[in-house]
Amino acid sequence: MALLFEMHSLSASYDANLVLQDVNLEVCENDFIGVIGPNGGGKTTLLKIILGLLKPVKGEIIFNTELLNRNAIGYLPQISTGDSYYPVTVTDIILSGLMINKGIISRMSSADKDKADMVIDELGLTGLGGSTLTELSGGQIQRVFLGRAIIADPRLLLLDEPANFVDTTFENNFYEKLKELNKRMAILMVSHDVGTISSHIKSFACVNMNLHYHQSNEITNEDLVAYGCPIQLVTHGDVPHTVLKRHK
Amino acid sequence: MEASIFQYEFIIKGILGAIFASITAGLAGTYIVSKRMVFLSGGITHASFGGIGIGYFMGINPVVGAAVFGIFSALGVEYLSVNHKIREDSAIGILWAFGMATGIIFIYLTPGYSPNLMSYLFGSILTVTNADILALGIMSVILVSYFSIFYRTILYISFDEVFARTYSSYVDVFKYITTSLIALTIVLNIRMAGVVLVLSLLTIPPNIAMIFTKTYFKIVIWSILSGFVGTFAGYAFSYSVGIPVGATIIFTLVILWVIAKCVNHIITKISYPRTGSIRL
Repeated sequence: MALLFEMHSLSASYDANLVLQDVNLEVCENDFIGVIGPNGGGKTTLLKIILGLLKPVKGEIIFNTELLNRNAIGYLPQISTGDSYYPVTVTDIILSGLMINKGIISRMSSADKDKADMVIDELGLTGLGGSTLTELSGGQIQRVFLGRAIIADPRLLLLDEPANFVDTTFENNFYEKLKELNKRMAILMVSHDVGTISSHIKSFACVNMNLHYHQSNEITNEDLVAYGCPIQLVTHGDVPHTVLKRHK
Repeated sequence: MEASIFQYEFIIKGILGAIFASITAGLAGTYIVSKRMVFLSGGITHASFGGIGIGYFMGINPVVGAAVFGIFSALGVEYLSVNHKIREDSAIGILWAFGMATGIIFIYLTPGYSPNLMSYLFGSILTVTNADILALGIMSVILVSYFSIFYRTILYISFDEVFARTYSSYVDVFKYITTSLIALTIVLNIRMAGVVLVLSLLTIPPNIAMIFTKTYFKIVIWSILSGFVGTFAGYAFSYSVGIPVGATIIFTLVILWVIAKCVNHIITKISYPRTGSIRL
């Protein structure tokens, strides 16, 4: 599979605090990578580096420019970033995902609006285009932001804690939707919810200042060493079971 | 004969003033109310009073002094909050009082003629000059152009700044320009409503609009319309009774807001008599 981007011994920090150290990562077309790790371990920082919101202090990130540039990255931030009381409609929010290909003086064409309607239908939000976020449920709000992330047909989709704010009934639908999208784009999904995501991803990376990449979706206790503390691992295999083990 | 020309001038001035005040306040007000910047705007307003005082003291136009003070304090607070150097609300609180203190000190230090403080605090028809109306008119043109040309960009940055940064490197530029324009709008409207009351001229119309509509563009339109009704009625009221114009404008706007609330309540009751309230 064709490479989308790679990181070489990349380090990142906020002021003097080193958050990522010597990270190496390759992401290819159709990858579905779960990024797990403890809070403050650098998961979101990794996304910021890919988005270009933060410059690495050391090392580099190289895009395969034939397939991927900054405009071809869709981003679903943690939901709290948009004010849900803001007077803006679902259609307008989804349309904002097209701004990546537009200048500061931009009008939305009727083709753009048709595209937004398509995304709205695809994500099961039919009829809600004129609503504001306060009128929607948590799961619907999340689909709106997912719509904003995918309307520009990205090659790479970055998801930051998409399981937040979602009720369990919608959660499975959401992962089904991601599976469909994965046929069109690579997905990098940050989550602290190790148990739930393992059945949906293809491979995963464990981030806690360092990054350990695992070419499988089976997360074992050894993989979780990066947490540096005892972890309760609940798996959803044929025989559901709980493993508790203290790291050294 | 002379009296009627005088009256005619007053009516023209009142209509133009009300039109320009409601356009500028409607556009700026919808922005600050949606973005929850009302307290920051209060800080800018009161900081600009420092500029008024210094303007008097140095013998330059107080509005110019207020504009300089207003813009610099707005940019200062915006810069400090972007860089997380200080608690934003504390910074605004300090700025608020500092501006008022500076204004009072310099007005009292000004030798000889002591200006009518009341007219700056609560607005006065008699001090609204043709130049003030002209300035508000130019500001209306600037704001209407700015918001219509960059509508989507401004809307999306103000709705979700974090996401906007992922596709645009102009986020801070737009924030600084918009905030400066807001500060200028406030300063120019001080002549109409006074330092103490001008903030309500910006915040009440969008809140009237939001009772009936929920999208940004429609809120702007309804703010301008309700702002015009409130401002012109207040102006007329002030002229006929001789009360400071800021007070009468705000008074009529609040009455409008109460009426709007009641009308909306009745409409909801009639349309959905059983449930009483429903999520539309």
